[in-house]
Amino acid sequence: MEIYLDNSATTQCYPKVARRMCELMTEAYGNPSSLHHKGIEAEQALREAKRLLAQNLRVQEKELYFTSGGTESDNLALIGCALANQRAGKHLITTAIEHPAVLQAMKYLEEQGFYVTYLPVDADGIVRLSDLEEALCEDTILVSVMYVNNEVGSVQPIAEIGELLKSKEKPVLFHVDAVQAYGKCVIHPKKLHIDLLSVSGHKIHGPKGIGMLYVGEGVKIRPLLYGGGQQKDLRPGTENVPGIVGLGEAVCEIYTDIAQKRERLYQLKELFVNGLLKLEGTTVNGRTGDDSAPHIVSASFEGVRSEVLLHALEERGIYVSSGSACASNHPSVSKTLQAMGVKRELLDSTLRFSFSEFTTEKELSYCLKTLGELLPVLRRFTRH
Amino acid sequence: MFKAFLIKYGEIAIKGKNRYLFENALVAQIRHALKAVEGAFQVSKEQGRIYVEAVEDFDFDETVEALKRVFGIVGICPVVILEDEGFERLAEEVVNYLRSYYGDCEKTFKVHARRARKTYPLQSMELNAQLGGRILEVFPGMRVDVHEPELMLHVEIRERIYLYSDVIPGPGGMPVGTNGKAMLLLSGGIDSPVAGYMVAKRGVKIDAVYFHAPPYTSERAKQKVVDLAEKVARYAGPIYLYVVNFTDIQLYIYEKCPHEELTIIMRRYMMRIAERIAEKTGSLGLITGESIGQVASQTVQSLAATNEVCTMPVFRPLIAFDKEDIVTISKRIDTFETSIQPFEDCCTIFVAKHPVTKPNIKVIKHSETKLVEKIDAMVEEALETAELIVVG
Repeated sequence: MEIYLDNSATTQCYPKVARRMCELMTEAYGNPSSLHHKGIEAEQALREAKRLLAQNLRVQEKELYFTSGGTESDNLALIGCALANQRAGKHLITTAIEHPAVLQAMKYLEEQGFYVTYLPVDADGIVRLSDLEEALCEDTILVSVMYVNNEVGSVQPIAEIGELLKSKEKPVLFHVDAVQAYGKCVIHPKKLHIDLLSVSGHKIHGPKGIGMLYVGEGVKIRPLLYGGGQQKDLRPGTENVPGIVGLGEAVCEIYTDIAQKRERLYQLKELFVNGLLKLEGTTVNGRTGDDSAPHIVSASFEGVRSEVLLHALEERGIYVSSGSACASNHPSVSKTLQAMGVKRELLDSTLRFSFSEFTTEKELSYCLKTLGELLPVLRRFTRH
Repeated sequence: MFKAFLIKYGEIAIKGKNRYLFENALVAQIRHALKAVEGAFQVSKEQGRIYVEAVEDFDFDETVEALKRVFGIVGICPVVILEDEGFERLAEEVVNYLRSYYGDCEKTFKVHARRARKTYPLQSMELNAQLGGRILEVFPGMRVDVHEPELMLHVEIRERIYLYSDVIPGPGGMPVGTNGKAMLLLSGGIDSPVAGYMVAKRGVKIDAVYFHAPPYTSERAKQKVVDLAEKVARYAGPIYLYVVNFTDIQLYIYEKCPHEELTIIMRRYMMRIAERIAEKTGSLGLITGESIGQVASQTVQSLAATNEVCTMPVFRPLIAFDKEDIVTISKRIDTFETSIQPFEDCCTIFVAKHPVTKPNIKVIKHSETKLVEKIDAMVEEALETAELIVVG
């Protein structure tokens, strides 16, 4: 039995998507820039995918750019906008719980002379609007806040932040890393006053190696790569046609019946969280209701090291992720959990369970039962 | 321009009647090392020399790198091989050789001719003088220095004529397989691969044993050890790696014995198990990466306590090395980067805050009596379920 509860790390590609991509690699393999029929065939497939994606986000096709994934989308948005807008100011704002793709890009920008405010979060892992308001200043040019946190599934007040930024006299760009939210939440960037939105293919049952960045019309941004003029020179390089088409198909598939899927995931989450809380010495981090992401549960298990529990679960066919990638001689404790004020001794005892639309109640019951068996055994043997 | 290498070996030459055994082993090791190199090579033994000759196009640097990993080789000399077409032609070739290999040719030099084919019309001394004279004529910047020449040009007259002047240092040591076999206790750390390398360098064939403790240690930790074994195998030849599941034994010791003694008792059982596998598979000794005082389990008292369970000799080539020196070697043999990957190994997972540093063997033995009920069966089980991975 294989129970995959690590869907925030990556997901299984829809077989239908993989088949379509295989076709594009072996048959309609043309370069969309080529003048002949083979090229036009590829270009048509690309345009159709773009049309679907634009429709899904309710944006214009020309506002979408394809990248190699979430990391590149975040980098392009932050570095590209910061450099293009530095005359307007040098101050950037983000949160303490962003993905490294954002935090490290910010670090790079700090080296380039920008200064960055990292907003704290509350015990549920959510930023406070008042903190943002306080941090905003004349010099602020860009705010970057993730939609759904990847470690605990907290949902940030994106709409409120959008409103707040829009109400300011001086325009401030708003970037949202929606890698964990896309495919789970319905996102319309324009309605939320988002200027830049990053998404990734492989988190939504699409292929790895493809990501997308929405750049609202009129946003000043400069490229990170230089080349042959594709994608209006903002992201040159031969388009990853199979990836783009795969992303388009995955988006169509995952957003089919999205309301029911969300509803079902929330039910599963409730059931799983309730089960977890019945286990001795177990706490769940962050909110768990429909004000949280439907597919992520972070739980801490007192007196058990997360990596050991992870491998013990693995032996029973259950794949999860440790809340913090932590090794004895290399402690890199989760920034999110720390920012939420999780107790020190629990930082290295935290696992993340993340679901997909294929997760079943039966799988979760088995996981709970297995945890119930493993925890007492593992607690008998701990480091003193 | 080089199509061949003359292989110089050191200690082997003095091994008396066993010399041919060592030479044959060296030839076998060279052939093995060159298998991974593109091109075909002929390795031959001829009049107390070993020659490696490329029979088709080959990559010079890659070949030298491969030869530099063969223990027993002291020097690698890139050789130009000429057909014997008379002295005049030879003198021309010598000039060509110097010009293309040294360019400016402003050096002190000496010609060292050796006439192995006695029918050659000129004697060694005459060859030295006449070739030396020609070199002086053609290259005004060259000067003769017979005592400490910067450039020693060797000219060997055999069936064909061999020219060489450069010696690339080899690793030294003895050909693997000439000094029996020993079992390396391989962890994921920096020390044990270096220890294996050093003992292999003395001609010892290496097998290895790794103790893993799922779920406390991860699959990646095991992969790391396989990767390390592969790095060592580049020098030591194929390694039989035995992976022993140690979890049950470890937990049993944890439950029954004082916590401060856990590491020592655990290591005693590792030695016992390693020795059992060694006996069964023809190894004559054990190898560890221990170094005095490095950690609690490597104080002299701890070493005595772990040593006590073995009857086989335990080779500890790093025993008096400082960590820095070990790191230097591990970087040179390219195991360092792999060793520092942060995966927990079974020695650290249950380590006590204050482990004993001066264990008393009597006390340890007494603690071990608490294990009698199950431990033998557990050891047998661990031996039976050991997984064999052939690496390299």
